[in-house]
Amino acid sequence: MEINVICYLLVGAVMLFAGVYGFFTRRNLLATLISVELMLNAANINFAAFNRYLFPGALEGHFFTLFGIAVSAAETAVGIAIMINVYRNVRNIQTDDISELKG
Amino acid sequence: MEYTIWILLLPVLSFLLLALAGMKMSHRVSGLIGTVVLGAVAVLSYMAAFDYFSLPRQADGTYATLIPWNAEWLPFTGSLHIDMGVLLDPISVMMLVVITTVSFMVHIYSFGYMKGERGFQRYYAFLSLFTFSMLGLVVATNIFQMYVFWELVGVSSYLLIGFYYTKPEAIAASKKAFIVTRFADLGFLIGILIYGFYVGTFSFTPTETGLMQGAMMLPLALGLMFVGGAGKSAMFPLHIWLPDAMEGPTPVSALIHAATMVVAGVYQVARMFPLYIAYAPDTLHIVAYVGAFTAFYAASVACVQSDIKRVLAFSTISQIGFMMVALGVCTGAPSHEGGLGYMASMFHLFTHAMFKALLFLGAGCIIHAVHSNEMSTMGGLRKYMPVTHITFLIACLAISGIPPFSGFFSKDEILTACFAFSPVMGWIMTLIAGMTAFYMFRLYYGIFWGRENKELHAAHVPHESPLSMTFPLMVLAAITCVAGFIPFGHFVTGDGLSYDIHLDAGVATTSCVVAVVAIALATFMYARSEQPVADALARRFPKLHRAAYRRFYMDEAWLFVTKRIIFRCVSRPLAWFDRHVVDGFMNFLAWGANATGEEVQPMQSGRIQSYVMWFMAGIIVLTLMLLLCM
Repeated sequence: MEINVICYLLVGAVMLFAGVYGFFTRRNLLATLISVELMLNAANINFAAFNRYLFPGALEGHFFTLFGIAVSAAETAVGIAIMINVYRNVRNIQTDDISELKG
Repeated sequence: MEYTIWILLLPVLSFLLLALAGMKMSHRVSGLIGTVVLGAVAVLSYMAAFDYFSLPRQADGTYATLIPWNAEWLPFTGSLHIDMGVLLDPISVMMLVVITTVSFMVHIYSFGYMKGERGFQRYYAFLSLFTFSMLGLVVATNIFQMYVFWELVGVSSYLLIGFYYTKPEAIAASKKAFIVTRFADLGFLIGILIYGFYVGTFSFTPTETGLMQGAMMLPLALGLMFVGGAGKSAMFPLHIWLPDAMEGPTPVSALIHAATMVVAGVYQVARMFPLYIAYAPDTLHIVAYVGAFTAFYAASVACVQSDIKRVLAFSTISQIGFMMVALGVCTGAPSHEGGLGYMASMFHLFTHAMFKALLFLGAGCIIHAVHSNEMSTMGGLRKYMPVTHITFLIACLAISGIPPFSGFFSKDEILTACFAFSPVMGWIMTLIAGMTAFYMFRLYYGIFWGRENKELHAAHVPHESPLSMTFPLMVLAAITCVAGFIPFGHFVTGDGLSYDIHLDAGVATTSCVVAVVAIALATFMYARSEQPVADALARRFPKLHRAAYRRFYMDEAWLFVTKRIIFRCVSRPLAWFDRHVVDGFMNFLAWGANATGEEVQPMQSGRIQSYVMWFMAGIIVLTLMLLLCM
């Protein structure tokens, strides 16, 4: 059964805006990180879908997806390390409480 | 003759050594280093002079101009570049001999004079610096190198006048000297730039095409250069710094303000002489008139001063006036006889350097003995200081123009040149020569004869100076006795051809008679302990006496011009403009940046969500713009 490209793009769009919404509304650092991951993966889905339907013989889109996953893994590692340090210092990971680093 | 570069390098090395490591040395060691180096430089200069003048003359009968060492320093265009080098020609070789001789004598003399003085090492370091700069000035291969070293001698003169930097008068005098000469040097610089722009070179010997292009502007350029020379050589009305410069140590006055630096202006005119004579004879005659007026003015002031160093300072100004006159009365036709004044001027420069240095060093011995510059503390010193007395007398006779001392010969040539120019000029200069004899013997009698200050001398018996101080006096006195017989015309002349000095019987007799009469008058007025004639004259013309004593109010006139006119009408509006308009604009820029920062600063709240809001808003705006523009 052939799945229409629109469906993939819809999933991607829903994930992206879910991520944006989450980023705006959640005050917890962990939740904002998850939101960022959602946005990134929405982009990855688009890469894979467009590669599959527009250039079936090429692999660049898939490579970009893999590359994006690797980057987001590294980013998550750094983000969680930062969160742990924030938690050690402020005993809390609410974004409202960590506005100390402003200029 | 490549070794001549060492004449420049040795003093600068000694300066660096003494300036950097001087404080770690004892007085004796640092003084010895300076003196030995200067001795070596003097020997090198004598060798250079001997080698140079024993070279065969060229086919046209002149001595070749040698450039044993030259380096391009700052290139501007193909033809316009600034070089640094060593140029040897008759006048620069003659100056090398004069400078190193006097400087060496002053180095020896300073051992005694500056003994135990605080800053002894610094003093010797500055002396080395000065000697280096002055030597660099005379061997300059181009006008710009001359200017560089010209400023360097100004700086070393400033440093040495202000040597006693705890004394307010010395500080004021050093500043005055620096500012006045620097002001005059502005003219020199503009002259150089005009010369460089129109003639297309900084060399002393431009090409024919360059001269063709620049011939119109040459009188102006040379006139402006002479302004610089007039400042350095203390020509009226820029002479005001020289009498005050006597606040420096006396050997410094002998070296810088009598023998070498102050004749830099004369040297400069002599250096540019071929251009003056060919392209700007009128400018050259202006030089003569300025020189003659200065000579007269300074001689009349010297007649009434009571500070012995001031008398000598005004006498120096007057004698430099003589040299300027001698240069200025030269005419291009006939080129050989017309250039007599050039030879006379250089000859007088040479002899004057020797006997004026001798006078100053003698004055230093006297000041050393009585601890004062005022003539009232002296009188009758001939009993206490025989060597100083005899040498001082020789120098006085020389400057008065009594044969067979050196001054007679050089002054006679100057007077001959003046009479050849115009009889009026000749008689004026003869009169000034008579005034010279009068004030020099007034000084001589005031110091060594006359009214003795018995109380002071009983409290503190004046004593003859140590050998380190009297030895240079004797050497310089010996030179003064024989220098007149040097066949100077064979070495240095206006057109380079050999010239036999022959005394013009009429001129020589006249000047001798005038000098003898003036000396007799001084003897009549000042030799005895009572001086009724002089006192009566001072009482009879109180205004004139007072005006002459106050140097005809030239300092006051300058103060009026600077304070009342320049400061009030030029400097103050400029300062206002600077403070309010220029600074105001800059302040406005700074204030604007600051205010913008203040406004923008709250946006950096530290709340991630608000950042993201802006970020998203930006994305949306960009997207909309893309969509609308597509």
